[in-house]
Amino acid sequence: MFGLEAIDLARIQFAFTISFHILFPAITIGLASYLAVLEGLWLKSKQDVYRDLYHFWSKVFAVNFGMGVVSGLVMAYQFGTNWSKFSDFAGSVTGPLLTYEVLTAFFLEAGFLGVMLFGWNRVGRGLHFFATVMVAIGTLVSTFWILASNSWMQTPQGYEIVNGQVIPVDWIAVIFNPSFPYRLMHMATAAFVATAFFVGASAAWHLLRGRDNPAIRKMLSMAMWMALIVAPVQAVIGDFHGLNTLKHQPAKIAAIEGHWGNVGNEPTPLILFGWPDMKAEKTRFAVEIPYLGSIILTHTLDKQVPALKEFPPEDRPNSTIVFWSFRIMVGLGMLMILTGLWSLWLRKRGTLYQSRPFLHLVLWMGPSGLIAILAGWFTTEIGRQPWVVYGLMRTSEASSGHSFAQMSLTLALFVVVYFSLFGVGLGYMMRLVRKGPKTNEGKETNPGGPGKQRTPARPLSAADEDNGNGHSESLSKGN
Amino acid sequence: MGIDLPLIWAIIIIFGIMMYVVMDGFDLGIGILFPFIKGDSDRDVMMNTVAPVWDGNETWLVLGGAALFGAFPLAYSVVLSALYLPLILMLIGLIFRGVAFEFRFKARENKRHIWDKAFIGGSLTATFFQGVALGAFIDGLPVVNRTYAGGSMDWLTPFSLFCGAALIVAYALLGCTWLIMKTEGKLQRQMHDLARPLALVLLAVTGIVSLWTPLAHPEIAERWFSLPNLFWFLPVPILVLVTLYGLLRAVARNAHYTPFLLTLVLIFLGYSGLGISLWPNIVPPSISIWDAAAPPQSQGFMLVGTLFIIPFILGYTFWSYYVFRGKVTHEDGYH
Repeated sequence: MFGLEAIDLARIQFAFTISFHILFPAITIGLASYLAVLEGLWLKSKQDVYRDLYHFWSKVFAVNFGMGVVSGLVMAYQFGTNWSKFSDFAGSVTGPLLTYEVLTAFFLEAGFLGVMLFGWNRVGRGLHFFATVMVAIGTLVSTFWILASNSWMQTPQGYEIVNGQVIPVDWIAVIFNPSFPYRLMHMATAAFVATAFFVGASAAWHLLRGRDNPAIRKMLSMAMWMALIVAPVQAVIGDFHGLNTLKHQPAKIAAIEGHWGNVGNEPTPLILFGWPDMKAEKTRFAVEIPYLGSIILTHTLDKQVPALKEFPPEDRPNSTIVFWSFRIMVGLGMLMILTGLWSLWLRKRGTLYQSRPFLHLVLWMGPSGLIAILAGWFTTEIGRQPWVVYGLMRTSEASSGHSFAQMSLTLALFVVVYFSLFGVGLGYMMRLVRKGPKTNEGKETNPGGPGKQRTPARPLSAADEDNGNGHSESLSKGN
Repeated sequence: MGIDLPLIWAIIIIFGIMMYVVMDGFDLGIGILFPFIKGDSDRDVMMNTVAPVWDGNETWLVLGGAALFGAFPLAYSVVLSALYLPLILMLIGLIFRGVAFEFRFKARENKRHIWDKAFIGGSLTATFFQGVALGAFIDGLPVVNRTYAGGSMDWLTPFSLFCGAALIVAYALLGCTWLIMKTEGKLQRQMHDLARPLALVLLAVTGIVSLWTPLAHPEIAERWFSLPNLFWFLPVPILVLVTLYGLLRAVARNAHYTPFLLTLVLIFLGYSGLGISLWPNIVPPSISIWDAAAPPQSQGFMLVGTLFIIPFILGYTFWSYYVFRGKVTHEDGYH
């Protein structure tokens, strides 16, 4: 079917489950820090808008966190079920890193999440703020471990191979491997930017419907400051990350550029658009800008960029896919920067909250950060093929070798279950967003958690849609 | 080096799985018992008894998976790939169960029956395939060159299917006695009525598994029935019988707490029996915890963080059960 083999299905399954999963943690990371900032601003300025926004977004955060936990459960098992040879080969390095991630998440949930979500009226302000900050730091520490593991697979070091198994020799070298700092910065920043655009889009949605209050304005304003300042910063980080990749994974860069061969000593042009053809070993319909490839990747006018034909065909990643996934990511990044600039101009003119074309753009840019994250991960993961641990183990040697029939069955199950269940979850999040921030929420002495006198320190139950909810009504009808 | 890291890690993982079985056991059991209780408000109460704690229970499963990956990568890769289908089906069951848990309360009344079905189906699927995976694991997984060498459907045997059914009974009894402890009135009476037949069925299936295992595996028979082992291990089956007798008596006199506590003892005894049969193999029949261990650099590195964090997790677990102690009634809205 479509010329796919069992190994392709295994890769598609992993890509599917992890792509679904990453959307939730990305928003979790961004919202956790956003909430910490909101609470800090409230404590400092005592302005009610910050407190209202805190209560509004903490509900969305709670649902999102719950989805992340459920979809993450599958990830803890996918390495062994689908990639058993990789797990055996590299488990003594990646296993402990993932264990630390799980422990961090546990610690976070054990210590501070309950206080953050249900303790508003039970603990002092300072302690509550501390809990929120710890949750925000916790999400970043989780990111740290996951990206240490992934980066080690991209640029492994600090190990030796004994009897066909990887043995860690120096944990500092393992964790702080060459691509790790860039990848960590790039992903954490991406989570912030993606969340800013998600928040901005929900503000735009309300403003476009004529719902206007200080909290909604404040969240649009904050989101657009993020777009203005952090989106360009992300471009700079991305540039450094690209140079790092050029150094350690030149084949990935060649594939991203659709760059097949250098001519004499000529500088490398940049192919803006085209269609890399793996069989013909050239990029069709290429639109080129001379010198630009050399300028961007070597920061000189004469040095050349490595080309795909310098690598044997079996070592080349699929250029057709990464060429375009990279351009989607960069294109969306540029749109984000432009959105930020436009917002500055409107802010100066005093029409930031009124300009309908601008609000429509911000609304449509809502998912842009998440799409860019997926496109970026597709670029880096497909771009490192055919290796699962770069230079050490090929993806084709890593799988569990399940049959085509088994892989199709489980893939179909995952697709059906994920779309239906997480679809409901996303729908519920959108319902919360549509309700919008309420003024003076949290001022009244709401006892906090569901069950009122008791504290269920669980994420999803924090997202009570309204206080007199339909369920208890139907409950009394049933009696 | 004086410290036996693989032993420490085996104890941590055995402890983690035990925590998981006990705690997720009773909330899966509630899903299994759902079909026996028709009323919407009784079902609300049933869910309310575990709603605050179930996801904490499930996190032990994530920790177990990750710790196995890091501490015993060989076992992780062999067991998970050999038991591929039952484990994937178990995970999908758990997803259904988890999402149903949350959205049943948020759904409108006309949609609630969909989430009821998802809850029942998810709990049954997860439990059954957990039992199937356990049965196939006991049966042993052939390994050649550090790779699973059996067929993709080898897990499907009469024994493993029977273990799946047996686990459903065990979790149902856990759920049943949990509800006796946590509820009152009509629902509690219904559970009292269910407990006795469930306990007797559990005795029967435990007996069958306990005979089937040594009959099918001479080395396990040797472990139990050779002297002097027999005298050391004899207390296990005797204690099972004593506990079960106490359980039936407690149910007969309408006790509230004792049935659940004695069911926990039963589960613990069954788990110990399993441990006696398999120790020290982490992949039966021949790979021991020392064969499968990650190098000391890995196990030591992980141990530092784990020993630091596990007390917090236990403290938090204890605290959340303490906060939610006592009976759950119809008046206690979950929200």
